[in-house]
Amino acid sequence: MSAFSFRERRRRAVNVVMLGLTGVAALVTLVPLLLIFLHLLREGLSSLNLAFFTRVPAPPGQTGGGIGNGILGTAQLVLLAGLLGLPIAIGAGIFLAEAGESRLGTLVRFVADVMNGIPSIVVGIFVWAWVVVAMGQFSLFSGAVALAVMLIPMVTRTTEEMVRLVPRELKEGGLALGFTRWRTTLGVVLPAARSGILTGVLVAMARIAGETAPLLFTAFGNPNWEWRLTQPVASLPHQIFQYAISPYSEWHRQAWAASLVLIGLVLAVNVAARFFIRSPYRSR
Amino acid sequence: MQPVPEQAGVLAGAPSPRRSRVRLWAGGNLADRAYAAVLLLFGLALPALFAFIFVEITSAAMPAIRAFGAGFLTSREWDPIANQYGALPFIYGTVVSSLLAMLLAVPLAIGLAIFLVELAPRWLAAPIAFGTELLAAIPSVIYGLWGIFVLVPWLREHIQQPLAASIGDAVGLFRGPAYGASILAGGVILAIMVVPFVSAVAREVLAAVPRDQREAALALGATRWEMTWQVALPYAVPGIIGGAILGLGRALGETMAITMVIGNRPDIPTSLFQPAYTMASVLANEFAEASGELQLGALMEIALLLFGITIIVNSFARLLVWRVARRAGKR
Repeated sequence: MSAFSFRERRRRAVNVVMLGLTGVAALVTLVPLLLIFLHLLREGLSSLNLAFFTRVPAPPGQTGGGIGNGILGTAQLVLLAGLLGLPIAIGAGIFLAEAGESRLGTLVRFVADVMNGIPSIVVGIFVWAWVVVAMGQFSLFSGAVALAVMLIPMVTRTTEEMVRLVPRELKEGGLALGFTRWRTTLGVVLPAARSGILTGVLVAMARIAGETAPLLFTAFGNPNWEWRLTQPVASLPHQIFQYAISPYSEWHRQAWAASLVLIGLVLAVNVAARFFIRSPYRSR
Repeated sequence: MQPVPEQAGVLAGAPSPRRSRVRLWAGGNLADRAYAAVLLLFGLALPALFAFIFVEITSAAMPAIRAFGAGFLTSREWDPIANQYGALPFIYGTVVSSLLAMLLAVPLAIGLAIFLVELAPRWLAAPIAFGTELLAAIPSVIYGLWGIFVLVPWLREHIQQPLAASIGDAVGLFRGPAYGASILAGGVILAIMVVPFVSAVAREVLAAVPRDQREAALALGATRWEMTWQVALPYAVPGIIGGAILGLGRALGETMAITMVIGNRPDIPTSLFQPAYTMASVLANEFAEASGELQLGALMEIALLLFGITIIVNSFARLLVWRVARRAGKR
């Protein structure tokens, strides 16, 4: 056998082995995903019933009780965070799309990207020092501020991208028709980018709905229903955390069930955003 | 947390070299000037908020900075009763658990990216890519729950106990007892959480490698792997490094999941199987009960350190990714 054919065979073997390994890597990555879903369904599904969605938590040691107040609290927090954060985020996104090539635009974009990487616990502590200390207590409002701080950089960047995807001809058409710049943006460009922006907003809201760390020292948690802005409020992720680290097996059971609910909410929004709302100018 | 890179379009979002034709600031009527001013205000809100976060946390940390100086970074004593605070165990736990996570995650993420870009047919690549996106969308606290009840017991029984019993005495890293909740468990859960982010960037830069480069390599007789390893990967390396550092930034700041599995003991572990503590975890656990100006200040200083480290890491990663994107954009 010639040395050449040995080398040739070795190259082929390396080819097959290494490409096989990449397949193994893909498989290994997906195993935790499957395991997590499997366990969520197995441990959580049996605990889901109407009472679980409509009741407040039972005292430790008692069975029953639900996460109704956590679901409500998460909805309140996320909606209020959207109310506070989205105008700023969408405004900043339009700013970046319109003036993003300037030095200031580059700076703002860079800051937005870096803010996206600020640990969520640091955001929570910042809002504690800023809002909670000023108000004198934990509150729904401070929790929503913390989530809004997380929301703003995310939505800023997706808004910028979606506005940029609108063909320039559309904007130039508006200007050529004699529209002023603000009318062109609000009347022509934004409507064209609307579905894309909405997708970005939904995905970002789903993400902050799953956040726990920013709420630890702001919204704090509450065993009851709460509607007042100035009072501590429960949230789904925070309840899961408290249940998970508690010593009661009944609470562990409920933590799994609550996780199933949370992940159902988060994934439903993500999947909806992915499949049903698409920017018409998005190539991918 | 960051949005899923696929959706944020890590490369797509970088500044385009093309200048927009319509200048926002040049003249216009009164309404347009007002519009430009309002947009400017919104744009400035982000840097202002960023600066405010920095100032707020720094001023709250001042008591500890004044009391301990640089010794805060090197002292390993964390004693609320004696009012002595040193951050070394937390810095160590954060850095080591994150590096451990990168050690596990980066090869996996690159393998996954190569598989998706170079190998997998479309019908297989699409669901796998979707799966990794789902992985990135799972809330941190659910990783923690799964970590406590599934991952940690599994690691204890199938990894830690056998390793500690067989080679634990010879190799210090694997020395028992097998605690379960440990720096190893923290590294593993972080790795699982970070893989989708690193692989998303790796995929994007790999896919951006020009087609003629690949075809030239194949035409010269390279095998598919040689084409990938010798031609595509070197081209993509700066971007992949950027993605890996982006993942590192996430791992460093991750809070809930790692708090639930790392064991939360403020010591410097000598074995992978011992519990540790991270900066984010000590904040999550002790901040609510902090009493006294000094303890609060010490925790604030840890928050400031964590803030600073993640800002530096993220800035570096962004600059790298932007540079790669700009290069790709010029083509």
